[in-house]
Amino acid sequence: MPRRLVKFVLIGAVIALVLTACGGGNGGGGGAEGTGPITFVAGKDTSGKYPAVINKWNAAHPDQKVSLLELPTAADAQRSQFVTNLQAKSDRYDVLGIDVVWTAEFAKSKWLLALDQGQFPLAQMLQPAVETGKFDGKQWAIPYDTNGGLLFYRKDVLDKAGKQPPKTFDELKALCPLAKQNGMDCYAAQFKKYEGLTVNFAEAVQAAGGEIMTDNGTKVALGAPAVQGLTFLADGFKQGYIPKPAITYQEEESRTAFMSGKLMFLRNWPYVYTLASQADPANKVRGKFGVAPLPGFTGTGSSSLGGLNLAVSAFSKKQKTAVEFIKFATNQANAKEMVGLTGNAPAWTALYSDPDLVKKFPHLPVLLQGLQAAKPRPITPYYQEVTSAIEDNAYAALQGQKSPDQAVNDLSAKLNEIAQNG
Amino acid sequence: MATETVRPVRVRRRGGPARTSEGRRAEARLAFWLLIPTGVILAVIIAYPVVRAIWLSLLSDNRFGTPEFVGFKNYIRALTGTGSDTFWQAFWFTTLLTIVTMTFELVIGFSMALIMNRAFRGRGLVRASVLVPWAIPTAVAAQLWLWNFNPTGVINAVFHTKIIWTGSHWPSFWAIALADVWKTAPFIALLVLAGLQIIPGELYEAAKVDGATAMQRFRRITLPLVKGAVIVAVLFRMLDVLRIFDLPFIMTNGANQTETLSTIAYKESIQNVHPSYGSTLSTLTFFYIVVTVFLVNWVAKADVVKSSAGRGVS
Repeated sequence: MPRRLVKFVLIGAVIALVLTACGGGNGGGGGAEGTGPITFVAGKDTSGKYPAVINKWNAAHPDQKVSLLELPTAADAQRSQFVTNLQAKSDRYDVLGIDVVWTAEFAKSKWLLALDQGQFPLAQMLQPAVETGKFDGKQWAIPYDTNGGLLFYRKDVLDKAGKQPPKTFDELKALCPLAKQNGMDCYAAQFKKYEGLTVNFAEAVQAAGGEIMTDNGTKVALGAPAVQGLTFLADGFKQGYIPKPAITYQEEESRTAFMSGKLMFLRNWPYVYTLASQADPANKVRGKFGVAPLPGFTGTGSSSLGGLNLAVSAFSKKQKTAVEFIKFATNQANAKEMVGLTGNAPAWTALYSDPDLVKKFPHLPVLLQGLQAAKPRPITPYYQEVTSAIEDNAYAALQGQKSPDQAVNDLSAKLNEIAQNG
Repeated sequence: MATETVRPVRVRRRGGPARTSEGRRAEARLAFWLLIPTGVILAVIIAYPVVRAIWLSLLSDNRFGTPEFVGFKNYIRALTGTGSDTFWQAFWFTTLLTIVTMTFELVIGFSMALIMNRAFRGRGLVRASVLVPWAIPTAVAAQLWLWNFNPTGVINAVFHTKIIWTGSHWPSFWAIALADVWKTAPFIALLVLAGLQIIPGELYEAAKVDGATAMQRFRRITLPLVKGAVIVAVLFRMLDVLRIFDLPFIMTNGANQTETLSTIAYKESIQNVHPSYGSTLSTLTFFYIVVTVFLVNWVAKADVVKSSAGRGVS
């Protein structure tokens, strides 16, 4: 019996020692201090891009190892996890991989560490992507990758008719009879009532030279450009240049429609390029399609921005390590490796003309044109409510339940209410 | 069933202290202490969240400041104020969905149970396969039905229709209702089957000897005896459908007025980070479910008592 007691005491002492060693570490606040093992939290790594960079870091920093904690794939579910954890001021998360539209909300909630802009090569990155990490004049997050919309078109059909890909929506509309002759639908994008609709609405507004909100989400812009943009989409459903089923499309449904050869023009993200280039019995467009920047009303349009930013939790006890890891993960060499692995759009401008990458992903130069003109979705701490309001009203206009005028008016009223009351 | 188990307890208590021996009192004391841990656990996992939700629903949502006490302001907003359109849409949609799906589930589930109760070759296989939809997680089932109801999906292909199922209100309603019936009719079947299996076979044999037809046997023996199980099944399903979330959330995300009480509560409290208004919606849903279930239970019980009294007289 006594021997067992001794064993217990010993084990207890060891556990206590380990616990204090872990918890003690390097506490203290102010600036980026504290080093040690950290946790990198991001949405599920479906393309296997993180292990490469994490292993390299861990080999070089055995005392500051990074472990990856994966959250669900869906952005909504990721955000719920972040909000729950950060509201509780938990120090479980150190480096946060956050969606570009969450920066304002997280920063205003005081969940993020303000980063020193001088420490990051931001000037060599795409400015619109860098903007997504800013709020209230400070840099809160660094772009890890970015994303922009592209216009996929049926090159075979246009070439046969001797046509160029459209630069404006009017040119696009003028090509629709050609689609009909070939037994295809003309144009589709993502119009289901979800985040994708906000993306497409924002692009339509930007195509007409407008914006949704300005000044950190305190002012509502919208107005005539919003009506013009929304009218183009609503008319599409009314006049038939957007097929009726597109009201149920998310990214995948619209991609399937394009790859089954039933669609002439598709707005989607660059990932479609890789898939539509593969040999697959279900893929009817291999070698028959091209990409162009998104169309606008008077010239080329402007894309919404996607992508992932890296930030440091305000509650992390190892902020110094966290900042160093972000620097490492976002440097040019690692960014290049990430693009090679995934085909994602890099934040580094130079990589769009990198010969190795362009050879593998020929759409990169076209994507760059679109990204340089791209704009973040509304930067506001109330992003979730803003996007719900946009989805409600844009959807009603596409369904013909509201005129575009009415929808934009209602949306303005709602956004003003959100901007004032939260 | 419930009344039968309650009654003996009451009788014993009415017996009064004269019949309570010292030993029994000690037993009661022991029982009290033994029940305390359960009581504490129930308080922590049931009472606390409910009370906390009700308390939260009386506060304001101040995302970047401190919430203040606002009384019933949130309730007024939901019932008659700026939130009333959404709330009542969700309320009526949920209610209608409950009535429609429960009707179909009851009819189909009952039929399945009657089939499964028969002795025939391959019964085990039928029982297992009927239960497959119930075993599939609802989120997966929702995604599956979303594909089926895709404009170029199986449903349109089979029926040669071109309906955009999740693109307008009524098609969405029927798509969700069908998915729910497919998913949970087996549950009703399972509960009813359990009820059917406790009916002694001699009753049917005796009725047969007396010359009762199949229909008479069903109406006079099967129905009255399986009623308890059916009521339990109905109550369970009602609790479930009134807080239906996964199917509408995944299939339509509330588009075309297909929000349910649970989806709006989730969107407010989790997505919009309005815990107070979200709690208001949850509390309203909670009371709605409590009242409905109470009413159904009451009506069902009254019916049971009435029919048993009638049987007693004749």
